[in-house]
Amino acid sequence: MREVAIVAFGQSDHRRDTAETSEVEMVMPVLHQVLDATGLRAGEIDFTCSGSCDYLAGRAFSFTMTLDGVGAWPPIAESHVEMDGAWALYEAWTRLLTGEAETALVYSYGKSSPGDLREVLTRQLDPYYVAPLWPDSVALAALQAQALLDEGDTDQRALAGVAVRSRTAAEDNPHAQLAGSPPPEALLDEPYLVRPLRRHDCPPVGDGAAAVVLAAGDTARRLCRRPAWIRGMDHRTEAHGLGVRDLTRSPSTRLAAERAGAFEAPVDLAELHAPFTSQELILRRALRLGEDVRVNPSGGALAANPMMAAGLIRLGEAAAAIHRGAADRALAHATSGPCLQQNLVAVLEGDAS
Amino acid sequence: MTPAPSPQALQAPLVVEFPFTRSLGPVQSAFLTGLRTRTVLGVRTTDGRVLVPPVEYDPVTAGELSELVEVAPTGTVTTWAWNPSPRRGQPLSTPFAWVLVRLDGAHTALLHALDAPGPEAVRTGMRVRIRWAGERGGAITDIACFEPYEGPEGGEAVPHSGEFADPVTGIVAPARLDYTYAPGRAQSRYLRALADRTTYGERCPSCRKVYVPPRGACPTCGIAPDEQVEVGPRGTVTTFCIVNIKARNLDIDVPYVYAHIALDGADLALHARIGGIPYDEVRMGLRVEPVWSEDGRYPDHYRPTGEPDADYDTYKELL
Repeated sequence: MREVAIVAFGQSDHRRDTAETSEVEMVMPVLHQVLDATGLRAGEIDFTCSGSCDYLAGRAFSFTMTLDGVGAWPPIAESHVEMDGAWALYEAWTRLLTGEAETALVYSYGKSSPGDLREVLTRQLDPYYVAPLWPDSVALAALQAQALLDEGDTDQRALAGVAVRSRTAAEDNPHAQLAGSPPPEALLDEPYLVRPLRRHDCPPVGDGAAAVVLAAGDTARRLCRRPAWIRGMDHRTEAHGLGVRDLTRSPSTRLAAERAGAFEAPVDLAELHAPFTSQELILRRALRLGEDVRVNPSGGALAANPMMAAGLIRLGEAAAAIHRGAADRALAHATSGPCLQQNLVAVLEGDAS
Repeated sequence: MTPAPSPQALQAPLVVEFPFTRSLGPVQSAFLTGLRTRTVLGVRTTDGRVLVPPVEYDPVTAGELSELVEVAPTGTVTTWAWNPSPRRGQPLSTPFAWVLVRLDGAHTALLHALDAPGPEAVRTGMRVRIRWAGERGGAITDIACFEPYEGPEGGEAVPHSGEFADPVTGIVAPARLDYTYAPGRAQSRYLRALADRTTYGERCPSCRKVYVPPRGACPTCGIAPDEQVEVGPRGTVTTFCIVNIKARNLDIDVPYVYAHIALDGADLALHARIGGIPYDEVRMGLRVEPVWSEDGRYPDHYRPTGEPDADYDTYKELL
């Protein structure tokens, strides 16, 4: 199989509100980060793929406005997914595997600030049986967390521990929206947001963007000192009905990890897209991650969760750790939908130095 | 060169409201019609499990499902979450618990609200029953919510034909989302200048093209324009169409002309309505000028200036 690597990663500072910039004004500096890192110009990229969501913007075909930022005229080879950018990366990866392209630019972004995110996300649910009830995203995550607590293997103190570890790690991440945390005992004194979840169990709501450059074979070696080779990548989904699933398990993550080759050798780093504390525990179990694996040194989605970008950022953070020699074999995970509905797993490796 | 200033960005409320109209498959139709008559139907999978709410296709095998069964209106909470501050559109307006309920006779759980006095009164495993809505029309909201229930357990699922008089064949789900739209730096500059009856384009530092209206990025070079350039107010019709469809909420008689107009000094045509001339006399090359709206904040339409038509060569690159 053709070798394809992530050769550059960039992201914005993630903030609660970016009303002073339009989407393209927010995205363009991030695109320039990755183009500058590789020395490529907009017109030299073979394939461009983006991820975003019209429901966040409140307008149809909103992605066309940011296409200006990649210099899409005269027409370029381009595609878009109405999903997290991790799935745009998947599409670009397959495109490079076919041999039709040597380089690809993948970017995604989301501004949650224009709308009420908890309401907006209800519109992705089953329109017949669920969406008419307007169950918000925190409520659905709370149902999942309660199921996990009922199982008896964890408790609210452990969930608070995930929040503390993530936001303490984010103190080293200049892009994070939330960094630093009171100790777990103090967090547990706070009121519930939607019981059993407190505010610390939930991701910050904010705006942000991310971009990566993919390249194949020798092109990757030319553009990057230590490319993050994509050894495998797969994405799988759960049954549609929430009540059909065992919410304490993530078989789709397990299957995607198996198919991505995650269990063929141990990883030294995992970037997990777990917007809620309880979801990290579910993912750790599905991915068989031991205590020796560093999880989310970036702070993860609990430190910054820009919709449509937070999954791509997991792939980007894992790749960046390989670029700078801080990891040799990393697992990156992205999720989409309520209660870890759909999951993507990628395995990245650096060459032995 | 005038560096582009960064005034306070504009913001405005934006409401997106739409009725989602969806047709139903035979299983969904039977389920929602059943709710109208206080009957809860499930569907049996090939391995014998009963799915409530029922789906058209087996979640495991993807096979088509059709064996309908009736289950009890009573059940058991499989997980819950306490919602202290109900939001617009949710089943109850007082604090309630979100619950997944496995109805007696079913193997899967249904999402809904549980009316309970407080989180202390809710636990996984508690027994509940359906509280029906007073008015029912064949929708998931025909179940008003669940309520605590101490009575006997319902039995096994029993076969049901799924046949009802006047079955529901579709749903209309109204949706409304409220936004605060912010057009960003470049468009805010443009809109503020328009309110002073000035039209600004922005010039790309690389290819030197002047974009009107500016959107913050040059679509050829992928970089931000950095120079404001006053354009117009006069311009040339580069192409046009005659509109014969009356737009809703728009007080303009048809037919009317909608045109691409290259303002003098701009490298991209904007589009606007042409007035002050019979629709069948509008032509490519027609010279036009803005007629400002009553509040003077934007051009309502463009009208002929009376100048001779522009030579084709002056605008052929802007078509």
